[in-house]
Amino acid sequence: MSFEPKIVAFLCNWCSYSGADLAGTSRLKSAPNVRPIRVMCSGRVEPAFVLKAFEAGADGVLVLGCRPGVCHYSEGNYKAIRRIALLKNLLSQLGIEGGRLRLEWVSASEAGRFVSVANEMTEQVRKLGPFPRRNGGSNG
Amino acid sequence: MAKLKVALYWAASCGGCEIAQLQIGDKLLKLVEAADIVFWPVAIDVKYKDVEAMPDKSIDACLFNGAIRNSEQEHMAKMLREKAKIMIAYGSCAYEGCIPGLANLFNRQMIFDRAYIETESTDNKEKIFPQTSYKVPEGELVLPEFYDTVKSLRQTVDVDYVIPGCPPEEKTTWLALEALIEGKLPPKGTVITHNSRAVCDDCPRKRDVKKIKKVYRNYEIIPDPEICLLEQGLLCQGISTRGGCGAPCPQANMPCTGCYGPVAGVIDQGAHFLSALASVIDSNDPEEIKRIIDDIPDPAGSFYRYSLPDSLLRGARIK
Repeated sequence: MSFEPKIVAFLCNWCSYSGADLAGTSRLKSAPNVRPIRVMCSGRVEPAFVLKAFEAGADGVLVLGCRPGVCHYSEGNYKAIRRIALLKNLLSQLGIEGGRLRLEWVSASEAGRFVSVANEMTEQVRKLGPFPRRNGGSNG
Repeated sequence: MAKLKVALYWAASCGGCEIAQLQIGDKLLKLVEAADIVFWPVAIDVKYKDVEAMPDKSIDACLFNGAIRNSEQEHMAKMLREKAKIMIAYGSCAYEGCIPGLANLFNRQMIFDRAYIETESTDNKEKIFPQTSYKVPEGELVLPEFYDTVKSLRQTVDVDYVIPGCPPEEKTTWLALEALIEGKLPPKGTVITHNSRAVCDDCPRKRDVKKIKKVYRNYEIIPDPEICLLEQGLLCQGISTRGGCGAPCPQANMPCTGCYGPVAGVIDQGAHFLSALASVIDSNDPEEIKRIIDDIPDPAGSFYRYSLPDSLLRGARIK
């Protein structure tokens, strides 16, 4: 059976979730691999949420927020930029490909952009393959 | 009242926990007044077979320090769990994996290659590695199996209490021992400290606005002795670390490295510190942000210095 990646997507309530919702009501088709989780802000996404998603079986994680300058809480998305950048440095040291984690901006009107980001991410992670497990050794 | 029976054991550790246990000083006399020490490899001559012969649950409490990185340590952890009514993870290695747990950035083969071939002082042309069994004319010699992944004690057996620290402070050790002697132990699962809030709660430094433009390594600056170290750009992990130690490191002008483990309610100490640190970086420009964070040469080793095996990802993925 071919590999179908599981993508967990954290969508900010004000822009990206509305954008994804609009994609749905506009009857646009997007990859079903993406599992959206609504959060109030991309700045609400703690790095531990991302790690927990990987640990629980996600092959990739998307964090979607409002475009810079228009965050509902002024600068939550700037916090997200800093956190995701530092988290990517950490993940690369742990041997986890940067392509498994992506931060993108999707506004409430950008239904088409949500679809293209979801589809691109799915294809990118499909190429990377399943999230690597740590070699068990005899003690698992 | 009958005397308590207490066992102390070490697994993958440095010996610092034994020093910390002795550091309680004359309180040690109070301990031996209330308890018989039935097993303590560093100090008394009791063999593994003697422990094996003890009935199940005949030991009241076992203070176990060290992580689990080979089959002997796993065997002893499981045996002592059977023999002891209360299993206490003593120190950061048993709690979260600690420094030995940084081996999870690698795997067994990489560690063996480094230790038995690549180290500058090693001469091993035949590439001989440790074997779990080896036949000699006199019979068979055996060694414990070295595991690919280091685990904490908590990931190996059921643990009743944790005494955190690398090593635990004298007052933390005594807080737990006194509770044990007086039969006033807290609910199962408690991490025993004087303060379950952050180290900052114990720290006397002045805190103002946390905004940093540059991250410094310890040798690069002599920090101001009064002001919060994180505000000065040092990776002080007090904000994500459980207190109760009394913040001795920041008071000696050194940043907290996180040895008491995460504050209550946090499951991944490194991610928690990463989150806090990213929040205080004073820039909204992606390129400047990258410059600032690229000054941190070893994020995994810095954020997970004591907790890599206990973290959500457990360690690095090796191709």
